[in-house]
Formats: sequence, structure tokens, C-alpha cells
Amino acid sequence: MEHQEHIIERYERAWIFFGLAMIAVFIILIAYMMMTMGNTNPVSTGRIDPTKVRTEGVFANPRVEQIGDEYVAYIQAFSFGYLPNEMRFKVGRKVTFYITAPDVQHGFQVEHTNINVQVIPGEIAKVSYTFSRPGEYRIICNEYCGIGHANMISKLVVEP
Amino acid sequence: MAVQTLTRFDAYADAPEKKYALYMMMLGFSALALGTFFGPLQAFNYGGLDLYPLLKPVFQNYYQGLSLHGVLNAIVFTQLFAQTIMIYLPARELGLRPNMKLAWASFWMALAGLLIAAVPLLLNEASVLYTFYAPLKASWAFYTGAAIFVLSSYLSIYIALELWLRWRRANPGKITPLATFMAVAFWLMWFLASLGLVVEALFLIPWSLGLLPGVDPLLMRTLFWYTGHPIVYFWLLPAYTLAYVTLPKLAGGKLVSDPLARLVFVLFLLFSVPVGFHHQFADPGIAPYWKFIHTVLTMMVAVPSLITAFTIAASLEVAGRANGGKGLLGWIAALPWHNPTVLAFLLGFLAFIPGGAGGIVNASFNLNQNVHNTVWIPGHFHLQVGTLVTMAAMGTAFWLIPHLTGKPLVARGLAVASQWLWFLGMFIMTFALHWMGFLYAIPRRAHISGSPLAMEAFKESSAWMALNIVSGVILLVAAVLFFYVIFATALQGHRDPKRVLEEVPFAEAISKPEGSGLARVTERVWFWFGLAAVLVVLAYGPVLYQMFTNMLPVPGVRLW
Repeated sequence: MEHQEHIIERYERAWIFFGLAMIAVFIILIAYMMMTMGNTNPVSTGRIDPTKVRTEGVFANPRVEQIGDEYVAYIQAFSFGYLPNEMRFKVGRKVTFYITAPDVQHGFQVEHTNINVQVIPGEIAKVSYTFSRPGEYRIICNEYCGIGHANMISKLVVEP
Repeated sequence: MAVQTLTRFDAYADAPEKKYALYMMMLGFSALALGTFFGPLQAFNYGGLDLYPLLKPVFQNYYQGLSLHGVLNAIVFTQLFAQTIMIYLPARELGLRPNMKLAWASFWMALAGLLIAAVPLLLNEASVLYTFYAPLKASWAFYTGAAIFVLSSYLSIYIALELWLRWRRANPGKITPLATFMAVAFWLMWFLASLGLVVEALFLIPWSLGLLPGVDPLLMRTLFWYTGHPIVYFWLLPAYTLAYVTLPKLAGGKLVSDPLARLVFVLFLLFSVPVGFHHQFADPGIAPYWKFIHTVLTMMVAVPSLITAFTIAASLEVAGRANGGKGLLGWIAALPWHNPTVLAFLLGFLAFIPGGAGGIVNASFNLNQNVHNTVWIPGHFHLQVGTLVTMAAMGTAFWLIPHLTGKPLVARGLAVASQWLWFLGMFIMTFALHWMGFLYAIPRRAHISGSPLAMEAFKESSAWMALNIVSGVILLVAAVLFFYVIFATALQGHRDPKRVLEEVPFAEAISKPEGSGLARVTERVWFWFGLAAVLVVLAYGPVLYQMFTNMLPVPGVRLW
């Protein structure tokens, strides 16, 4: 029994070391990839009174603006859709989305991309992305927002 | 004649804590039975099959069913099971009686809270799902009932600590027995973890009563996830405790290391709570560097689970070899797979491995972008709470109900079948959900089967959807078998104390705590608790301070 106990303890230590090393590698990889491979984690650019989103400020007129070689999109996510309801961009140009909600929480996920935003009333989320392939991309609400939640699917078009 | 006198005889006269444990656990399984009934309906939904119209006279919509499923299974059942195990095991281990007045008070409080919250849930007045994100606003009775229910666990915290301190006074200088140590670390962790939900309730209850015009959605969300991640360890640690202190013995072996088990629980006490932002990686309103700090802390909380994987596997190997298993893998076949309790744990841990790997993906700040709020997430947590945690509870019920009541297990073969089917069904379903979320961005908790638009959009994943239907059927059969076995066992009139486990099967340890420096260090529970509190303040303090001082109240709406 004494003997067995020591063998187990040796493996135990090796396993704990392996576990810690694995965790350290993961943390370093995450940090490295985020610094070098672009990142689409949404950031906040300020707060906005959700009860006035529909009537005042930039979001009262949801739109895509072209500024030089880039696009800026101001988007309202509401129960149960998005405004503007269809967006068009040219491939290979940077698009910056500003998104907010006038009512409850929503999602803004663009399929086949890394764009995935938790849209929270009161917060303006910002995320930038450059589409590298032309085509239609679905926009999917992935946060429960009421009875019509599953219908909250829109699209954007990336033109060649 | 003998049987008749036995039924009249008070089986709990000399062990009132047995009656408490039985009532607490059976209330939990009753909640689980109703909550689980909706599970297959959700699986069918993700197979494109909408059965909700058939339930229309009673249940109004998918989201009502989903709210019941989440609240009853993940809040009610899990807490009641913790209040059973993490009170009963230490009481038995120390040979002390818990404060029975408070124990019953916690039972009645939990029941009252459950009933108050059940009314709006059943009336479709609280279809806000398990996360009840503001500004979706439920009936006041939902928030109030839930608060009373959760606060009943504070009585359990007191009961467990009082039991432990009473033992310590009588045994100065001795090392706390393992199950009691785990219970103390567990309840202290929960006290720290539950504060988010308690503070959130202080906003939501007045808001739902019309006394507050609005609440800040970001703050409510942050408070929810402050409790919402550590709550998964609140679900998991009773299962781990049972795996450490009972499974080795049930499998025919010993626990390889007692001190290491203590280290695991201290690590959970330290790292369970300051990790909630990994549920909010996609949120605006929390700075990226705070999210990165929580990424690192979340990775740290994987360490105690990795240690657990080793210790449990090694203990099972010791058991398998003691049962005559030879060779590199022969010990696996030599484990008592015919024992429904051991089987439940073995299959549960098997599912926990891919579940844990998926958890590391979710915790990775950047990878999470691809899976956030897709069906990958329910795929992930059904491997964890839906498989290991639930199967540990189901497996434990197979010996614990007989032990508490003196009534032998009914239909042992069906008990074994229920665990194989549960595992198979969960494995198929979670496999499908992971891929549907990752490859096709199919959103979680969406009534897609009721939306032709959504079904058209997601038609590429129809092969995966078929697997959800298959899993739903298998899980429904598994659930029917399981609930038949436990209710038939508990409700039979026949007591036969010779055919049940008389004592809790506490496992002996190979590496003992006496003389272990590690066990001595972990014994300083209040120091570790203080350190855990400091970690929470550092990881949450500045962000919460900023949120509390910049509130933007938003009025509530009902959109279901």
C-alpha cells in the first residue's frame, strides 16, 4: 500500500503540472491571437436613453454611411427586426457597426463571421469587420426578446 | 401482520434528519419531473417539430415551457439537492444532529418560495426564461418567490456552519472530516456567490411592484452573471462531494488522496466567483481588459476539475483492481457497471470530459465570439449540469432513498436502463447542438419550429436536427423509467431495513489528512474565505462601482 501511494503521488504531481501548463498555454494563445489576428469583441462607445432611440440622435435614422473607403452603419435592433432592414457593402472594405436597442436585449450575430454582439438597451455597441467574401450573410438575433424572437432574422449583402 | 406494524412505526424517530433529507430530495425530484417534461419538447423544437400547439389549453407557448424547464431544473432542483446532500452528509459523518427547527424552516421556506414563483410561471406571467434579463418584466410574484426560495439556502449555510463549529469545539486541533470540510467550503462559496442575485432581487422586486420606474439592464445582467457562473459550481460540488466521499467505496475501492480533495474545494472557494464576465464577452459596457482578467480567472477554475478527473479516475482504478481487474485497462471492465449508482457516475464523468473541453472554448475570450448565444451553449451545459450533475443525483437517489426510508430499490433493472438511456440521449443531443451552434449559428432558446422563416434559414442543418428528435425520444423514455423507479421506491408501503444501506458509504482514503501539511493549510477555512472575498472585490469592485454610479433606468415591458 505504501508503495502504491507513492506511485500515485508521482503521477498526481505530473498531472497537476500538465494541467497548469496547459492552462498557461491557453491563456498565452488567447492573448497572442487577440493582439495579432484582429478582434471583433464588441466595445461600448457610450450610453443612450433607450426610450429616445427611435426619436433622437443618430439611431433615429438607422443607415449605412460611406466615408471614404469605409462604411459606418447605425443599427437599431428591436422586437422583432433590425433597421435598416437590408445593408449593402463592397467586399474588402472595413465596416464599423454601431448597434443599440430601444426596447429589450437582442443579439446581432452575422453568420460565417466573428461578429456576435449582445445588444443591451442603454449601451451603444461598436464592432468593426472587413468582409473578405461576397455574398449574402444572415443576421440572427440570438438573445430571447419576446414571442417573435425566432423570426428576428435579417440579412446583409456583400457585393463583389 | 409484521408489515402492518412496520408502516405504523415511525421510521424516523431516532433520525429526524433522515426525514428532512428525504422530503428535501423528493421535493427536488418532483420539481425535476415537471421541468424535465419540457426537455423533450425543446429537443423536438430544434428538430423542427412543434408540439406546443397541442399543449395550448395549459401552456401558452414555447418560452413559457422553456422558463419552467430552466427554473425548475437549474434553480429549484439543484438547490434542493444541495440542501439535502450538503446537510445530510456532514451530519452523518460527524454523528451530530443538525438544528432540526431550522432545517424544517428551510424546507418550508423553499416550498413556499417555489409555490409563489410557480403561480406566475404556470399562468404565463413570467416567461422571462432562467436568466430573466431586464427590461423583460415578469410578475412580482416570480421575483419574490424566487428570492424566498434562494434565501432558504441561507438557513442551510447557517445549519452547516453551526454543525461544523459545534464539532470543532468538541474536537479541538483535529482535522475536519472530508465531507464536512467540503460542505463548509461549499456553503461559504455559495454565500459569496449568491450576493449578486440577492442584490438584483432588491431592484427587481420593487420594479415589478411599480415602486421603481426602471432598472439598468447592464447592471442587472452583470449582477445575474455574478451569481450565474458560480451557481454552476453550486450545482456541481454536491456531485463532486458524492464522487469523492461515496463513489470509491460503492465501486469497491478507496479514495486515493484526501488532502488533494481538500485542495480542490479550496480552489473552488477561491476561483468560483470572480469569473462572471466570461458570460459577458459579447457585452458592450465592460472594458476588454476586465474581460481578459476574468478569462484568466476562469481558466484557473478549470484546475480543480482537472485534479478531480485524476483523483476520481485513480480511485476507480484502485477499485477496479481490488475487484480483480488486470492489465492496463482491465480494471475498467471490473468496475461494478451493474450497480446503477456507480453506472450513473461513470457515464456522467465520461460526458463531463468533452463538456469540460467545451467549457474551455467558451471561456476563451476570442473563441467565444463564434458560439456566444448559439445552441452550442445549451449543448455545453447539458453535458455538465444535464449529465454529470443530474446523473450523480439520480444515481445517488438509488441508494439514498432506500437508506433514508428503509424501503428497498424497486426495479433495479429499469434503474440501470434509465442511466444508459439518459447518457445516450444526452450524448446525441449535445453532439448535435454543439455542431448546429458552431457551424450554422443557430440561436439558443428560439422557437424555430414555430417560425417558417427560421426553418427556411436553418434548413442546411436538417440532418443535425433529426438527431435532436431522436435524442428527445430517448430522453423521454429515460426520464419516465427514472421517475417511475424513484417514486415507486419512495411510495411503496414495504420497509425492509435489511436490504438497504444502513450507513452512508463513506470511502476510506489511502493518503490520509493526518500529518499532511496540505490538509493543515486547507483547514484555515476562514482565511481562504477572506481571500476569496478579496479576489471578488478586486475582480468586480471597480466595474460594479462604475455601474452603480452610472445607472440608466429602463422601464419594463412584456413581449410574450
